[in-house]
Amino acid sequence: MYQYDQYDQKMVDTRVEEFRDQVNRRLAGELTEDQFKPLRLMNGLYLQLHAYMLRVAIPYGTLNGKQMRMLGHIARKYDRDYGHFTTRQNIQYNWIKLEDAPDILADLASVEMHAIQTSGNCIRNISSDQFAGATADEIADPRPWAEILRQWSSFHPEFSYLPRKFKIAVIASDEDRAAMRLHDIGIQLIHNDAGELGAKFFVGGGMGRTPMIAPEIRDFVPADELISYAEACLRVYNRYGRRDNKYKARIKILIHELGAEEYIRQVEQEFTHMKELGLNPPVEELARITGYFADPPFEDGASDDIDLSDPDFALWVDQNTAAHKQAGYAIATISLKPRSGIPGDASSAQIDLMADLAEQFSFDELRVTHSQNIVLPHVKKSDLYTLWQKLDEAGLAPANLDLITDSIACPGLDYCSLANARSIPLAQKISERFADLGRQRELGELKLKISGCINACGHHHAGHIGILGVDRKGTENYQLLLGGSAAEDTSLAKITGPGFSEDGVIDAIETVTDLYLEQREDGERFIDTYRRVGMERFKEAIYG
Amino acid sequence: MKILTGNDLKTGDVTWWTGQDWSRHVEDAVDVEDHADTILREEEAARRVNVPYVIEAEQTEDGPRPAHIKDRVRALGPTVRPDLTLKPADPEAGNWVI
Amino acid sequence: MVEVIRMREDEPHEEPAVSLDAFLDQTNATAVRIEAGEDARQLIPFLDRLALIEVDFPVFGDGRGYSAAQILREEGYTGELRASGDVLVDQLAYLKRCGFDAFAPDAPINPQVMAQALDRYEDVYQGTTDSRAPIWKLRHA
Ligand code: HEM
Ligand code: SF4
Repeated sequence: MYQYDQYDQKMVDTRVEEFRDQVNRRLAGELTEDQFKPLRLMNGLYLQLHAYMLRVAIPYGTLNGKQMRMLGHIARKYDRDYGHFTTRQNIQYNWIKLEDAPDILADLASVEMHAIQTSGNCIRNISSDQFAGATADEIADPRPWAEILRQWSSFHPEFSYLPRKFKIAVIASDEDRAAMRLHDIGIQLIHNDAGELGAKFFVGGGMGRTPMIAPEIRDFVPADELISYAEACLRVYNRYGRRDNKYKARIKILIHELGAEEYIRQVEQEFTHMKELGLNPPVEELARITGYFADPPFEDGASDDIDLSDPDFALWVDQNTAAHKQAGYAIATISLKPRSGIPGDASSAQIDLMADLAEQFSFDELRVTHSQNIVLPHVKKSDLYTLWQKLDEAGLAPANLDLITDSIACPGLDYCSLANARSIPLAQKISERFADLGRQRELGELKLKISGCINACGHHHAGHIGILGVDRKGTENYQLLLGGSAAEDTSLAKITGPGFSEDGVIDAIETVTDLYLEQREDGERFIDTYRRVGMERFKEAIYG
Repeated sequence: MKILTGNDLKTGDVTWWTGQDWSRHVEDAVDVEDHADTILREEEAARRVNVPYVIEAEQTEDGPRPAHIKDRVRALGPTVRPDLTLKPADPEAGNWVI
Repeated sequence: MVEVIRMREDEPHEEPAVSLDAFLDQTNATAVRIEAGEDARQLIPFLDRLALIEVDFPVFGDGRGYSAAQILREEGYTGELRASGDVLVDQLAYLKRCGFDAFAPDAPINPQVMAQALDRYEDVYQGTTDSRAPIWKLRHA
């Protein structure tokens, strides 16, 4: 894992003092709320329904036990004993006091963490593949590149007042676990014909009210030109992105209006000029950072055998573990979607436990996933049973990864001031309706994603089944969407038709899954059947 | 009726205008009739409240009930965590919101 | 009158800035003002002759002026580059890093708070036209 050097540490320490000063000026009345708001947002501090909300960055979703434990400490000391892991691999606290915020940032800085640029119209936390460094299907670890981008984007003077927020994801395998093409910039590491490692750029994806899949903008950017190319992409956006209407201000709209070709032309022109400015760290810097992501000391010849005689454990292994690049090891995902639970929420005790387990069983590493779960990336197969028992005791062993009850849900109207409807109660009721694990497994991989309003924080556009909360004359109403995907087969879901009440939409989901079971052919997932059979057939079943 | 709400600047707590001060309990909210603008301006300037605004509410036996569900969620707390609301002992409290 | 804060040694330029359109019509002017959204690159042929370029910030959140400034400095402009309009103390450090060396804020700025804001960060992560050495350069010096 990356470790701060004195420069990185000084940056976050200075930031804490700067924010402390800004908070003091606000409390003393030297700053109005209008002036203070963008400053607090740049530190991840929102004013939400019940209190201030703090969003802490977990760069590319990677953290160690000590950092995880600090997240638990913050939940306990400054919040109400829990946190909410988000689709952008961050964590949010819902009950923060303004006067405590500088102390929280100081606590974070003491473990090399921060909340810098977790909100505001700037470059946000860089997200990545939660299996990075552990999966066999990557061509390189994407995290050193994400770290290069993190440093470059931190306090970037030219790009801190963009037309709108800006999200970047980096992956390094053909399988996409990070919704890469639904980001403002999606980067896939690839080898060119000469065998050199570089980056393929997709620009202009996003969700929100106008979802779009990012088109490919350049097939290869050499490692030592990454930053100047990113600068070129951003500069064209900063200059020409729309600022007259915040709903049309994301880069996807600019590229849509200009056309990808014209955008590419402008970026290339800018890039030609920027290449000459000496903006790129030398390859030694990438090498320095890559050094921190070296493999942990795996045990050679560890056994691949797992004793599956405990049937509940066997189910968990089957559902929640994935192949590791190292023989004798597995990637284990801890589902934060217990029956009737709140998707993505974890108590401080659970957070502490996951920190302990990471230290004991996963070379001190954890990951946060965009589906609001936690990964222990390097678990020896012979340790899996002990690990599972400890998770199970703490309610952290639902064997439902990628199943219908592993839903993504945004905070919705229970916490969010922009919401039209509540998301969490719906996720809870769905997890009740489909509680039977046998039934869930029969349905197979099914990505269900719920947002409480059109902003799409719950990725509803990218759900095999998506749900969007709307406000119908003062009551909560839910629209059903089908056919989205955030994986390498990225697609955008379509609305089935008129909306439903809370119970109505759950009935409709059941109708849809029943139809799938009836129609599916060998080996088809829900999404495959939907794509083959088409929306009309599903509509008929739902609306008659 | 029209009532005023906002958040406490330091703690972020949801508060309601009582005629003299700000209370965490919507039951204490008073009808401000057409004085909202003046009160909001003065109270915000004095930093006794942050980003306050005026809302419609209905006077009921149990006190004012905000017209919009969002402000009812604010008044009580998250419906999915009854233990964290202002009425943790009352299992029916959530019904008031919906 | 807006007070201009200058971080240059030379004498303030006396001639009032003309609009970009007027400047392009009548190219003997030596001071020009560009509005957010106007293309700074149109000035490139004339940079040698210009002593003052004023870049307007209609609201502080409109960040186009940062790119305008960077472009002008990248092209070798050395005259006064002045940020005017909704220029607040908490953005000064970023403005300076993009090449601004004068500020004409709508509301006065407390000099002490300003000094603090400009000196706060000792190092920077990225290269810009202020030519401070980015951290990666210090690491591999
Ligand atoms: C509760 C406070 C939150 C607020 C006020 C908020 C606000 C917003 C807004 C306004 C947008 C739309 C941006 C646009 O299209 O221009 C958005 C998008 C998004 N938010 Fe949130 N959000 C919140 C919480 C969350 C949480 C908890 C998550 C993760 C679970 C999240 C993840 C996202 C994602 C992934 C998007 C879509 C990005 C895109 O459009 O490409 N947000 N959010
Ligand atoms: S989707 Fe809407 S309701 Fe959900 S968190 Fe985002 S802004 Fe709030």
